[in-house]
Amino acid sequence: MSETAPLLRTPLHDLHLELGARMVPFAGYEMPLQYPAGLMAEHLHTRKAAGLFDVSHMGQLRIAAVSGDVRDAALALETLIPVDLAGLGANRQRYGVLTNARGGIMDDLMTANMGGWLFVVVNAACKQADTAHIESALAGRIVVERLEGRALLALQGPLAVEVIAPLCPDAPGMRFMDAIETTVAGIACTLTRSGYTGEDGFEIGVAAEDAERLARALLADERVLPVGLGARDSLRLEAGLCLYGSDLDETTTPIEANLAWAIQKARRAGGAREGGYPGAGIVLRQAAEGVSRLRVGLAAEGRAPVRAHAKLFADQGGTVPVGEVTSGAFGPSVNAPVAMGYVAAEYSANGTVLFAELRGKFVPVKVAPMPFVAPGFKR
Amino acid sequence: MTTYYTTSHEWIRLDGDVATVGITAHAAGELGELVFVEAKDVGTELGQGDAAAVVESVKAASDIYAPIAGTIAAFNTKLADGPTLVGDDPEGEGWIFTMKIGDTAQLESLLDEAAYKARL
Repeated sequence: MSETAPLLRTPLHDLHLELGARMVPFAGYEMPLQYPAGLMAEHLHTRKAAGLFDVSHMGQLRIAAVSGDVRDAALALETLIPVDLAGLGANRQRYGVLTNARGGIMDDLMTANMGGWLFVVVNAACKQADTAHIESALAGRIVVERLEGRALLALQGPLAVEVIAPLCPDAPGMRFMDAIETTVAGIACTLTRSGYTGEDGFEIGVAAEDAERLARALLADERVLPVGLGARDSLRLEAGLCLYGSDLDETTTPIEANLAWAIQKARRAGGAREGGYPGAGIVLRQAAEGVSRLRVGLAAEGRAPVRAHAKLFADQGGTVPVGEVTSGAFGPSVNAPVAMGYVAAEYSANGTVLFAELRGKFVPVKVAPMPFVAPGFKR
Repeated sequence: MTTYYTTSHEWIRLDGDVATVGITAHAAGELGELVFVEAKDVGTELGQGDAAAVVESVKAASDIYAPIAGTIAAFNTKLADGPTLVGDDPEGEGWIFTMKIGDTAQLESLLDEAAYKARL
């Protein structure tokens, strides 16, 4: 992407300006960083009530099998993604990663079985590369349609279901990671009960021309506050969720990233469809033999946030390097600094005290279980 | 007492040879709610424009620079437990540190209130 390319706008651009958003460039788009309430208020409101996020910059793909059988599309995609997609039931969604030949992560994504096709949501910065990769690797087996003319809204928080229920009678009956085609406020959409905050909530894919009407219908409920990318980042970090490009990249494998849980039994050693994706040999070996570094949660002991790229050491003198922070911020709900990063495996046990370099000093941080907040999912 | 301003949005107010330093209301508004404030240790000698303190919001850390040369004399300890005080009263109770200064001639390189506000 060229630095000088004009920024793209989402279908909700005018609404963001009307709501007083501070707009920033992000992944080639002009996106709302925060609204007048501010990051802290937006974060806390999402944990207590409901927040509305515009995530239309993300890539939405419709993948269908040439054969017409969705299982064939799932089996084809399994050759790129170490996830049990063939075993994913209709109207269910799963998290996974695209791997490269070294087992590194090209992107992380959500895949839903919509009955006759797969609905895939990928990161904004990766969407061109992902689409090209999937199309070239699976040509002749599947057809990929980039859903360019669509917006994606996320309604997140413990009251999200109460907000959406009057507009979509199907919604309250959904479980976490269900995915359906329905209407919200009379607008046709894809609806998943999932998100990126650690809270209960929904992601709603709609035609661009309907996006503003849908957003206004949701914002009409006084329990809903618009929330920008700033709080989206602090919410996902407290929830222990990875940010592609920071916590995951082409050099980190799913095992190093502590995402082994996202590889179901069928794709593991001895499973019905073991391996069979790029870098599988490396990933399977790491799963069996262990890895030299692991992604862990980190809780700082003081009030000073320890942020991305801070170096981690085993000793307070900063002579034994053991890793690096990949995401760090002050967690508004935890009311303390929260971070994640990669550390040498022998220092990855919960409770291990490490030292982060912070402005020339070495401050104690403790390896901590994630998420940092209790999840609010509707299982 | 005259207050001077920097282009990097600090203010400095002189009382004898001790100066109080903070961030402007404009800067506080841009940064949003602060979660952590820390100054260099008392006694640290600073040149004009050296990093003297840090203010942190949820998302980012920002350096606060010494408007003129001097030595850190005190930190506003109220900020250790109440960093939001900076946002509540940035140019009053939310001051960040004091410094003992020598060469007041450097004040001439700073902005007065009208010049600072004209730049916003």
